[in-house]
Amino acid sequence: MSKKTHVTTNINGSDVEFLCESRQSLLEVLRDVLNMTGTKEGCNDGNCGACSVIVEGRLIDSCLMLAVETEGKSVTTIEGVASTDGLHPIQQAFLEHAALQCGICTPGFIVAAKALLEREPEVDEGRVRHWLAGNLCRCTGYDKIVRAVLDAGQRMKGG
Amino acid sequence: MTITAEPRVEGKGGYKVVGTRPIRHDGLEKVTGQARYGADVHLPGMLHGKVLRSPHAHARIVSIDARRALAHPGVEAVITSAEFPQPSGKVADLGEGAMMNPKFLSNNTMAVGKVLYKGHPVAAVCAVSQHVAEEALSLIDVEYEVLPPVLNAMDAMKDDAPVLHERLFTADTPFVRPGGLRDDDDSAKGSNVSSHFVFEIGDLDKGFAEADVVVEREYRTKAVHQGYIEPHAATATWNRDGRITIWCSSQGQFAMRDQTALVLGVPASQIKVIPLEIGGGFGGKTLIYLEPVAALLSKKTGRPVKVAMSRQEVFEGTGPTSGSFMKVKMGATKEGRLTAAKATLIYEAGAYPGSPVNPGAQCMLGPYDIPNGRVEAYDVVINAPKVAAYRAPGAPAAAYAAESVVDELAEKLNMDPIDFRLLNGAKEGTRRITGPVFPRIGYLETLRATKDHPHYSAPLEGAYRGRGVASGFWFNGSGPSSATASVDHDGTVSLLEGSPDIGGTRAAVAMQMAEVLGLPAEDVHPSIGDTDSIGFTSNTGGSSVAFKTGWACYEAAQDIKRQMIERAAAIWDVSPGDVDLADGVFLHKSDPELRFTFKELAGLLLETGGPIVGRAAVDPRGVGGAFAAHVVDVEVDPETGKTQILRYTALQDAGTAVHPSYVEGQMQGGAVQGIGWALNEEYFFDDDGRMSNASFLDYRMPTSLDLPMIDTEIVEVPNPGHPYGVRGTGEIPIVPPMAAIANAIYKATGVRMTQLPMSPGAVLDALGRCEGKQDGG
Repeated sequence: MSKKTHVTTNINGSDVEFLCESRQSLLEVLRDVLNMTGTKEGCNDGNCGACSVIVEGRLIDSCLMLAVETEGKSVTTIEGVASTDGLHPIQQAFLEHAALQCGICTPGFIVAAKALLEREPEVDEGRVRHWLAGNLCRCTGYDKIVRAVLDAGQRMKGG
Repeated sequence: MTITAEPRVEGKGGYKVVGTRPIRHDGLEKVTGQARYGADVHLPGMLHGKVLRSPHAHARIVSIDARRALAHPGVEAVITSAEFPQPSGKVADLGEGAMMNPKFLSNNTMAVGKVLYKGHPVAAVCAVSQHVAEEALSLIDVEYEVLPPVLNAMDAMKDDAPVLHERLFTADTPFVRPGGLRDDDDSAKGSNVSSHFVFEIGDLDKGFAEADVVVEREYRTKAVHQGYIEPHAATATWNRDGRITIWCSSQGQFAMRDQTALVLGVPASQIKVIPLEIGGGFGGKTLIYLEPVAALLSKKTGRPVKVAMSRQEVFEGTGPTSGSFMKVKMGATKEGRLTAAKATLIYEAGAYPGSPVNPGAQCMLGPYDIPNGRVEAYDVVINAPKVAAYRAPGAPAAAYAAESVVDELAEKLNMDPIDFRLLNGAKEGTRRITGPVFPRIGYLETLRATKDHPHYSAPLEGAYRGRGVASGFWFNGSGPSSATASVDHDGTVSLLEGSPDIGGTRAAVAMQMAEVLGLPAEDVHPSIGDTDSIGFTSNTGGSSVAFKTGWACYEAAQDIKRQMIERAAAIWDVSPGDVDLADGVFLHKSDPELRFTFKELAGLLLETGGPIVGRAAVDPRGVGGAFAAHVVDVEVDPETGKTQILRYTALQDAGTAVHPSYVEGQMQGGAVQGIGWALNEEYFFDDDGRMSNASFLDYRMPTSLDLPMIDTEIVEVPNPGHPYGVRGTGEIPIVPPMAAIANAIYKATGVRMTQLPMSPGAVLDALGRCEGKQDGG
């Protein structure tokens, strides 16, 4: 067992301190150290997007980033997408469009869509499909997900 | 926070709730990350387990030495098959036809004597962290004597093939799917063919003699994985009193309990399985893998143990579906009437018996009224992961073969392929080749809707573009199911049911309860019970949940309705026969002064005789079969062989679509899994039987970028065998895509693809062998 490092990072707007081994990924620390299990593991090798989080404004697979690398950075996870006032428009659109079935990929898709729409609410189907190509869903065939993201973009633009 | 649903639109069939699109009850937890799945369990003092798996496809285990692993700091225990009680090879019936061979089930969980596929578990370790457990795996010394592997069914059936199971016998019926061993006094050599049987109807020779046109072709498909995004995970505690608690995600908490009990040799009543949310299953989460391992590691350490698979372990250690070799011959008169069909299906079961060749054989000719038919089926073991169910198990490959031949027949007869199907289509009264006679079904209605769909007549121009169509049949399932529901004093109902929810079934079954009670869907609060808190409920599988658990909820609601009517009658001092429930209001039939809303009466229950709990335990007959037809436009790149899906439309008879959005979702998801199966997905084994593409990157399932929108049209021919006309919907949509795409590629290129996947390389090879049409369609 290796020695642990003390890390301070900002997660969903709050400063968080934790101890981790240098070999632990951000995904593992979120889930196993901080008990934030909303971020999911589908492959642990960067090929499914279930563990998508936003670090310093960039969408990343948290399984591919070491937790020690987040020192001093800001991280947004699925737990930080809704506010105390209500759901994020993307979450609301996913519910209304029935854009989830089993739901295991849903947090990753919502975080990925957030990273897109907050910069670019004016998107078309091709842009959404291209952006979400790093997130695998095996249940929906993507149709309702793409529609939900397009709809959410419209709502965010209007709001 | 509040969630608003779409405005309520009255459903078809005069229903108020059934047929509407409320927001699913578990939706909020799933879009916020609160929902707990298999790997989300954290218990105090919990240890982490990992499984050591065979690097060889076929080998004898000479020795296992765990001393170095046990000496590694942080390692708490190591187990091997020595810790597993070895159950007999006698087939056990776990109820509702879920036959299991306990020995094979156990040996697939932990190998004994021999390993039969790369990825086969040989030992397991638990430690203070996952990383330490992984380090410990490399410190377990296993000596193997490597044996020659058998890598496909054709090789496995040769006389001189290495035998996987020295004592396996060949059953001559479809009913010994889990396979069995020879009696002790029978010294005959074991076979790799675990079953071989035939379904027959009519006179085949006469049928082919009547045919003016005959097409005969051979097909090969490869193993493909269900590809659920959530890897398997199980957490267990084995208490000092012998009670075992298991948290896992599966398609059936009772199946997990009963299979684990068989393997551990303990009574099922000693085990409580707590179902977590399931991150996809598609049939692949109906078998135990990690549950007994976690339980035994907990027994050995006295602490909770969680074992979770990596993605590579999911590919290499859990069930894909069968690869197959198929031969199909069909004949028709020049007027287009089918006269005979003959098929041979050889399905690879993986390391232990139990391919889905029986349902494949039963379903492949289901769409047709064929007077003379014969389907011969083989279940063959090979050195590959043991297969598990995958969405309409067995039917998609068989339909790929049959529907390709049908397309060719229609072409030879110069008939529109849908007209050919309409002429020969199964309907109420048609006898299936396996014996049963169809009740009211909706195949012809589905075909007519397909022909009328704008997609079917839309222009499709351009070189190397083509449109294909194919249909499919899946018989759908049922099984025991339980529901209890209590009326809360605020006028809502808490529903406890037994079916793990993979794709929105909480909503579908709660809506059926709400329909009976005249409540909005949101006023029924469904949750899924553990094995100690709800009655036995069979797997979420066979497209059965909206049917059987919907029915259980319907009956439990009737129970509530009866009791509430009695309560209202008692309060009013009238006869219960004079009280009715309509639109959520209890009314006296002749005295309009006497009325309670559901909410008003619910608020009075505790002071007028006590709470009301409705219950139902059912095992419904009356399953209605499902039919689908898909239309697809493709474009083939002649330079690369890549096939692009340009447009896709899926149609199917859902009976009654309880929640149309989730029926559409099943149709879209099934179609896209079929597109993956058709165009890229396969288990790619090297010469030593090692899977070469055991990652999502290399296995390459469809992404959003590969696909267009998937259009759907739900046809509703209510199933007369269900109170609301429900048929199963989840599985049938994966049956037609492979043939539809193959038929489209033919139209685009002039080449008939007889192997799956129709990957760029395979298409290029086929184009190279044939003179492709240059002008497309």
